[in-house]
Amino acid sequence: MIEVQGLSKRFGDNQVLTDISAVFEQGKVNQIIGMSGSGKSVLTKCMVGLHRPEEGRVLYNGRSFHDMNDEEKRQVRQRIGMLFQGSALFDSLTVLENVIFPLRMFGAMPKSEMEDRARECLKLVRIQDKDDLFPSQISGGMQKRVGIARAIAMEPKYLFCDEPNSGLDPQTAILIDDLIKELTEEYNTTTIVVTHDMNSVMETGENIIFIHQGRKWWQGSRQELLNSDNTELNEFIYAGSLMRQVKEAMSRRS
Amino acid sequence: MGIIGHIGRYFLLLRETFSRPERAGIFWRRTLEEMDLLGVQSLGIVALLSAFMGAVITIQTKTNIDSPLIQAWVVGFATRQSVILEFSPTVISLILAGKVGSNIAAEIGSMRVKEQIDALDIMGVNSAGYLILPKLAATILINPFLVMISMFLGIFGGWLAGVQAGVISSDDFILGIQTGFKPFHVTYALIKTVVFAFIITTISAYQGYFTRGGTREVGISSTRAVVYSNVVILLANLVLTRVLLL
Ligand SMILES: Nc1ncnc2c1ncn2[C@@H]1O[C@H](COP(=O)(O)OP(=O)(O)O)[C@@H](O)[C@H]1O
Ligand SMILES: [Mg+2]
Repeated sequence: MIEVQGLSKRFGDNQVLTDISAVFEQGKVNQIIGMSGSGKSVLTKCMVGLHRPEEGRVLYNGRSFHDMNDEEKRQVRQRIGMLFQGSALFDSLTVLENVIFPLRMFGAMPKSEMEDRARECLKLVRIQDKDDLFPSQISGGMQKRVGIARAIAMEPKYLFCDEPNSGLDPQTAILIDDLIKELTEEYNTTTIVVTHDMNSVMETGENIIFIHQGRKWWQGSRQELLNSDNTELNEFIYAGSLMRQVKEAMSRRS
Repeated sequence: MGIIGHIGRYFLLLRETFSRPERAGIFWRRTLEEMDLLGVQSLGIVALLSAFMGAVITIQTKTNIDSPLIQAWVVGFATRQSVILEFSPTVISLILAGKVGSNIAAEIGSMRVKEQIDALDIMGVNSAGYLILPKLAATILINPFLVMISMFLGIFGGWLAGVQAGVISSDDFILGIQTGFKPFHVTYALIKTVVFAFIITTISAYQGYFTRGGTREVGISSTRAVVYSNVVILLANLVLTRVLLL
């Protein structure tokens, strides 16, 4: 479980996040939704300690991250897996080497075991026979999946995915959503997915947090989301015609 | 951010770079890779430049001091002094700042904008140390060799051009390069080279590491890396020369 308390972050004069408090539950896919530029990525980066918030705390199982000493931070970080918006695979390493990377830096296993573990992770994300290709030689969807494989290599307890399915075709997007859900259940991770794709919200969202203008505007479940009367939330959800049709169908039925 | 802010952040980055190094095995493997990329692959340009510049220095020296009062071997002597004291350590370092500095800033800068540095930090890797230290070790170890090769080829180019053009006899040139040789001048040159290698690598890494934005900004960082490295090299050259030679 991760808890965010009263978190505020600004860059210069740009107040990006204001007083955000939220709980992200273990074993669930927690989603952060909102328009682009609303501060979703900054929020996740504050949570994992890549940005230092001006105010507020982030608690990992009740312990404040920013109050930990370096060694404790390192230990928490080694339990965090993160998929970045642009995959962030290392260009100069092959697919297999990318997944081995965290194991090689911190794992204490012999080389062959590392390779086995990395191949196992790649298999989980349905990537095979691509071991020796470089990131630039595979498609965007595959890069994301390799990014997930790298994120889970160390068996994380906390899994962050920043827009895991943006820019992908619908089928690959669904594959990745399912994958994240599967991994969350299998490893009982606290999973945080940043998205503005309503499809994946409806597919996998369990605990949904809506960020608007840097504030937590709304939080609830999928069912509550559809019945919410929050104006900004509704504008966000029903911006796409598909969701409008869903809404209409639902109101016709009731 | 003002200049003081940049200097402060530069030293903080340096401290970060030297704190908590990675496992020795990983470090040395990365250093060898960087030695190849940053050093061995600069050999061609260094060799070419040195031979041609040595040749030109010899011919120009001859035309500048063409007087019956000055003995012929002085041309060889002057070529050696120019090459060892200034051309090889300083000019070659300026050239390397262009080649190696822009490479370092562009590589680290694009890793920054593509969130690869965040990815390292998240894993608990000391990204500054992991990325910068092997490059620093590589340039500090290999640049002195590049400069010694440059010295040799510069003088060799001078000899070849001088003899070919008929401005000096081979014997006179060799007498000249042996006359009044002070080993300390080579030491001085190598001290400069090591300091310049440190300047090139750390300033370029700094520019890359703190890149914000996208590919356009990576380009800007890379240009800045070269310009600032050059300026600081020139300042350091003056200071070191006063301290070591006077
Ligand atoms: N490293 C940074 N430095 C300065 N401003 C930033 C930085 N990262 C993000 N921002 C700003 O914070 C705001 C929110 O960005 P972000 O969290 O990336 O939005 P999104 O919700 O699309 O992920 C934007 O206005 C962006 O310009
Ligand atoms: Mg984002």
